[in-house]
Amino acid sequence: MANAMQARADGPTFYVREEEHGHNATMLGFWIYLMSDCLIFAVLFATYGVLGRNYAAGPSGVDLFDLKLVALNTSMLLLSSITYGFAMLEMARDRMRATLGWLAVTGLFGVAFVGLELYEFSHLIHEGATPQRSAFLSSFFALVGTHGLHVSFGILWLVTLMVQVGRRGLVEANRRRLMCLSLFWHFLDVVWIGVFTFVYLMGVIR
Amino acid sequence: MFQNLDLAKLLFGRLTLQAIPYHEPILIATFAVVALGGLTVLGAMTYFRLWGPFWRDWVTTVDHKRIGIMYCVLGLVMLLRGFADALMMRSQQAVAFGDNAGWLPPHHYDQIFTAHGVIMIFFVAMPLVTGLMNFAVPLQIGARDVAFPFLNNFSFWMTAAGAVLLMASLFIGEFARTGWLAYPPLSGADYSPGVGVDYFIWSLQIAGVGTTLSGINLVATIVKMRAPGLTMMKLPVFTWTSLCTNVLIVASFPVLTAVLCLLALDRYVGTNFFTNDLGGNPMMYFNLIWIWGHPEVYILILPAFGIFSEIVSTFSGKRLFGYASMVYATVVITILSYLVWLHHFFTMGSGATVNSFFGITTMIISIPTGAKIFNWLFTMYRGRIRFELPMMWTIAFMITFVIGGMTGVLLAVPPADFILHNSLFLVAHFHNVIIGGVLFGMFAGINFWFPKAFGFRLDPFWGKMSFWFWVSGFYVAFMPLYLLGLMGVTRRANRFDDPSLQIWFVIAAFGALLILIGILSTIVQFVVSVRRREALADTTGDPWHGRTLEWSTASPPPAYNFAFTPVIHDHDAWSDMKTRGYERPMEGFRPIHMPRNTGVGAILSGLSVALGFALVWYIWWLAAASFVAILAVAIWHTFNYDREYYVPVDEVARQEAERTRLLAAA
Amino acid sequence: MSAATGHAETGARAETHGSRDGHHDEAAHGTLRGYLTGFVLAVVLTAIPFWLVMAEPIADPRLTTVLVIAFAVAQIIVHMIYFLHMNTRSEGGWTLLALIFTVVLVVITLAGSLWIMYHLNANMMPVHAHDARTMP
Repeated sequence: MANAMQARADGPTFYVREEEHGHNATMLGFWIYLMSDCLIFAVLFATYGVLGRNYAAGPSGVDLFDLKLVALNTSMLLLSSITYGFAMLEMARDRMRATLGWLAVTGLFGVAFVGLELYEFSHLIHEGATPQRSAFLSSFFALVGTHGLHVSFGILWLVTLMVQVGRRGLVEANRRRLMCLSLFWHFLDVVWIGVFTFVYLMGVIR
Repeated sequence: MFQNLDLAKLLFGRLTLQAIPYHEPILIATFAVVALGGLTVLGAMTYFRLWGPFWRDWVTTVDHKRIGIMYCVLGLVMLLRGFADALMMRSQQAVAFGDNAGWLPPHHYDQIFTAHGVIMIFFVAMPLVTGLMNFAVPLQIGARDVAFPFLNNFSFWMTAAGAVLLMASLFIGEFARTGWLAYPPLSGADYSPGVGVDYFIWSLQIAGVGTTLSGINLVATIVKMRAPGLTMMKLPVFTWTSLCTNVLIVASFPVLTAVLCLLALDRYVGTNFFTNDLGGNPMMYFNLIWIWGHPEVYILILPAFGIFSEIVSTFSGKRLFGYASMVYATVVITILSYLVWLHHFFTMGSGATVNSFFGITTMIISIPTGAKIFNWLFTMYRGRIRFELPMMWTIAFMITFVIGGMTGVLLAVPPADFILHNSLFLVAHFHNVIIGGVLFGMFAGINFWFPKAFGFRLDPFWGKMSFWFWVSGFYVAFMPLYLLGLMGVTRRANRFDDPSLQIWFVIAAFGALLILIGILSTIVQFVVSVRRREALADTTGDPWHGRTLEWSTASPPPAYNFAFTPVIHDHDAWSDMKTRGYERPMEGFRPIHMPRNTGVGAILSGLSVALGFALVWYIWWLAAASFVAILAVAIWHTFNYDREYYVPVDEVARQEAERTRLLAAA
Repeated sequence: MSAATGHAETGARAETHGSRDGHHDEAAHGTLRGYLTGFVLAVVLTAIPFWLVMAEPIADPRLTTVLVIAFAVAQIIVHMIYFLHMNTRSEGGWTLLALIFTVVLVVITLAGSLWIMYHLNANMMPVHAHDARTMP
């Protein structure tokens, strides 16, 4: 079988016999997706940057934002980041139950985050600070809401993955998926740093 | 709350029988033609029992070559619709002078120019570009498929779904009357309360999902799936330009998605991003949409540059002159394309500082572009040039595009732009670069790669007919528009008062008729080529004495592309293999790992059409149901872990033996 | 080809770790130490800007703003290194290249929009009474 190759051993070879493995592009592809998601957030941040002071004689950030609530919310997301990290460490050690446990904790922190955000939104709307009230509020709800939608989608994905890991165990496909979700989850945390800094903290500085 | 509940409204939203334009004879006639054509196709497919093969081989395929071909078919079909719009506009403007109101009322005319722009950019140029990249890039890098084959299928069907939704607006309701970028406040809820802008938003959002995902897919493919030895600086230039184009897609389409979402929120929820009230700022929409819009121009033209590079070096029988400079020029254009967007709204009032910055960056782009033109010229210099169809299109491009590029540099000067902004000069300029650059590039590419895709060349006589009518028609149709623009005629006008202008519009309309003959010739070319496929057959796999890897395999290539993964040593890998005495391996085949077909992409796309349609017409139950269904199908799909199979050795051996037989016969 | 050697290496590592680990970047998991370092840094870098804004220890709002932004940038870098495991080696440097490119584009989008729209407002918008009041 190798004779065809041997015959031209002196000249260059123009093909390989072995099937090429190790070309899995999932992680890179997912990373590129996250980069494109970055641009969506960049647009929302730019919109907030441009329109965020157009209060239209309505309430401003100083009037509306409750930094204690935001700090609590931030801590939920930060805690969920470290618990996801623990899940990944357990996955590396091949411990399925521990992995699932940490994933569940992560999901609960995520739910708490989304819940607090929904509470904040309903509170604002109740006070008349609706998305329709001013360009500032439109861009605020769009930016924070898009982040919240991402987290909600992440939770849905997390639950799906927990079911899949529970059914099939930590097979390679599931490991890859968990690593993608890990990137997604930590990426949302990074976006949140931008949100609490540029929207909440800088909105309250006088 | 429920006392006003109206069952019809609950079931059909704002969709009523009035939405069907049965009182407009033009649309009824169009509908009749489309319906008859559609029924004929459906009948023929049933009669020849083609539904099974159609579903198995095309709808569910994950083969990048077939998906690429489907993209091209979509682009060519939509070209007919977009061009019909163009003919209507040209004929209206040729007659509508003084008391003559022409035959298209403003309400209809405004939809036509909007649809023309949207269709030509999103559903003609984009599918053709994506199609050729999909077809050629994996072959050029020695890969078996793209990095994410299922995603590729899904991307195509999402693009098709966007096209379907847009076409639905022709017969159910209306399309936007806002111009192709739907600027607010005109596109806001106050000034465009109908469904037109909603059709615009949702067809672009759905197609945009497909475009973004296919961009991610091709970037990952080029980065991760290159054959051994194929380093970045040995990549074929078309692959390089594809990489840059897809990087731009990934970096700019999210911007479009986001800004259209904000416009949709303004229209549906009543937010104030781009309104005139409560702090909204319509100019922010201009700013954001052109952050996408300018890179989009380069998304279209860069692959065309790549195609021309392959063709010039192939048909001159030489290596491309200045390969490295070509690559750097492409990368520089990629980055600069993100720094020029304000030149689309110099007149908005940002002032001299901002305008000068963006004017200068715009002019700088002409430097790498000019370098490319010189590289092509030097490649041809002292080459043994064969004037086959792809090369003819390339030469027409080089002449036409230089003219378009120079008028572009003229427009880049802010004071000049204040005079020419929104005039027919601008219209002539961008048609000059998009027809002369992108469309000529696509025709060059289709003529170039057609034999690879189908195993026979396209008929040269009808190809030349198409070429000469297209090129001459282009000049006759658009040179008058430059003159009219310089005389101050604005774009998108439905009727004119000054009778001295009419002659130029008549000439332009005549040019459009010449292009019509060109398009008909293209159709005849396809039909004649299929009928003469025996005479035009390519049994060698290398009909043009090609230089890159795609020509090393059979025409059409087997599903697995290459029986063995190629190893690359030099630029122009196939040329290198031919000169160094490559011998095709005839034995020792291995089973080949391939992705499985799946219908999930098509199902998701169908559900997306339902979702888009429901959102356009406020049919909330359908919107909710189709959204939930999309999520459910997508999640259900992730539970399928068995997505690959092995092509057995016998099958590989059989296909390779068939190629050996053909080669011996040739 | 590096992919082939990468595969071989993974195989060897999988032996020593005793896991059926199929992917290439061990760094993609991170380590307990890395996660804890990142977490502590993140908590500190979050707490300080919140404190700066809530307790107002600095009188000058501009200085506070600059500091808050500086802490945000620092925290983003911390997250990138310790949670997203960015480094020059993963995927042959392509992830880092993609990140740098994206950061450049994000900066262009943000800075460009603000610059353009600021000049537009300065040139084209009349100053209303209530706007004048909120101006610095």
